[in-house]
Amino acid sequence: MKAVKFDNVKFAYGDGGGDYAVNGVTLEIEEGEFVAVLGRNGSGKSTLAKLINALLVPETGKAEVFGMDTSDEKKTFEIRKSAGMVFQNPDNQMVASIVEDDVAFGPENIGLSREEIGERIDFALKAVGMQEYRQATPSRLSGGQKQRIAIAGVLAIKPKIMILDESTAMLDPKGRCEVMDVIKRLNKEEGITVILITHFMEEALEADRAIVMHRGEVVMDAKPEEIFSCSEELESYNLTLPRAAYISKKLIEGGLPIKGAFNAEDLAEELCGLLHKD
Amino acid sequence: MRIVAQGLTYTYNPKSPFASQALKGVDLTIEEGEFFGIIGHTGSGKTTFVQHLNALIKVTGGVLKVGDYDLSDKKCKFLELRSKVGMVFQYPEYQLFAETVEKDVMFGLKNFRKEMKEEEMKAAVREAVEMVDLDYDAIKDKSPFELSGGQRRRVAIAGVIVTKPEILILDEPAAGLDPLGKQEIMALLHSIHGKTCKTVIIVSHDMDEIAENCTRAAVFAGGKVIMEDTPSGIFKRSDELQALGLDIPVTAKCAKILSEHGIGVDTDFTCDDFISKILQKYAAQSGNEGSR
Repeated sequence: MKAVKFDNVKFAYGDGGGDYAVNGVTLEIEEGEFVAVLGRNGSGKSTLAKLINALLVPETGKAEVFGMDTSDEKKTFEIRKSAGMVFQNPDNQMVASIVEDDVAFGPENIGLSREEIGERIDFALKAVGMQEYRQATPSRLSGGQKQRIAIAGVLAIKPKIMILDESTAMLDPKGRCEVMDVIKRLNKEEGITVILITHFMEEALEADRAIVMHRGEVVMDAKPEEIFSCSEELESYNLTLPRAAYISKKLIEGGLPIKGAFNAEDLAEELCGLLHKD
Repeated sequence: MRIVAQGLTYTYNPKSPFASQALKGVDLTIEEGEFFGIIGHTGSGKTTFVQHLNALIKVTGGVLKVGDYDLSDKKCKFLELRSKVGMVFQYPEYQLFAETVEKDVMFGLKNFRKEMKEEEMKAAVREAVEMVDLDYDAIKDKSPFELSGGQRRRVAIAGVIVTKPEILILDEPAAGLDPLGKQEIMALLHSIHGKTCKTVIIVSHDMDEIAENCTRAAVFAGGKVIMEDTPSGIFKRSDELQALGLDIPVTAKCAKILSEHGIGVDTDFTCDDFISKILQKYAAQSGNEGSR
């Protein structure tokens, strides 16, 4: 069964004046996939995410999560348990004054027993590498740590899909690394389907598949490496290449016989093979 | 206005069990006209330092002078100073509060330039809003909350430059924007640097941004300035930066690996310069082979 199946989904906010935020998206995401969603601000990425866990429902078309129709109100609860969402600002997602209470918020709301809630907290904090902070106060944690607690809060529901809407945007490089490591591990080891909305092209390279949104439509859908090989098309959607890919492209245009690379290490390796020692 | 800090120290919650020393003797000079970068880990003291510059934090140890203002002196005219040193915080778009864009941008003027007439203020607001590349007539009566994130950030910057500060300080000005939005904000800061504000200081975690944009930069660690140099001087010491857990630009990463393989690239670590130096090196090498 597909984790996510969109069939010509359209959605407009309030009186959108006929402008669809999501405009006819047809999309399938397999269980266990790691998908990055790219696109300029206002391209419809966040709306797409909210349509997946029934925070929004399609105006026309059909959105399904594990075969459940998101417009069927009887399924809403089940859909939100299957598809958890982590937002941008860690401070806005903390609901309790102690880490374990914060993580317990979700399991308490789905009516689990006390023992089971305890087990879920153990599992979730361990998965994000924060088990030592069980009794800590969220306000005293770093941004990266807070965001890992927010992820733990979603994990405690044991969702099959985790949607991250620019969840690394407000973090420093170290915090971003911590969160990306957790996301990758959850995908590989726990088999959780990951949908990562990001402005960092380097993060998209970690995904199995990348989707580019432009004016509410899916305009590119391929492996990240393939997407970053189409630099002109990417530019036409106002996106940029990862910096190493940009440098590679300029070097190739300047006549350097290299294949091109997407990160600094691979680029340097290619150049080492080409340039003579001093 | 020149900024001179000598032996600047600061302790949060002094004389309490929660006391923590954020600045441990900062020595730093920023000349008028610079586009200065401040780098450092979360907790390195960089925010505490910049908050001193417009007296959001008062000097408690050491000396700090901004132009003729001696901030270590209790009689310093702090209000006047604050109108000359503008501060744009992280995610400034969350601080917009007025009903219309015009009122929001005018707020600073109403506090700092009480002598100005309404029409003069409106003219100043128009100038500031146009400076940040927004259409004044189209948005002046709109609520800031009707605007897009990128537009809101511009309005917030307009609200600070409206008093024409000589020094503009921005904490992570490009954070959270999409890649093109980042480029646009940096281009905007360069044009403000040329026209409205003599000195621009940015705090940034993005080393590529520092390498591409700044005339000089300082690296903060453990409450002190441990490097103060041009970006190219700083990124030549990439081993030290990485030992501190800091990132380095992509160009510096490449150059470092190349130099480990005995290939030296003399670059200032901007993308354009790195590309042209590599191409030159390759051309020289093929030229030599051709003539053999």
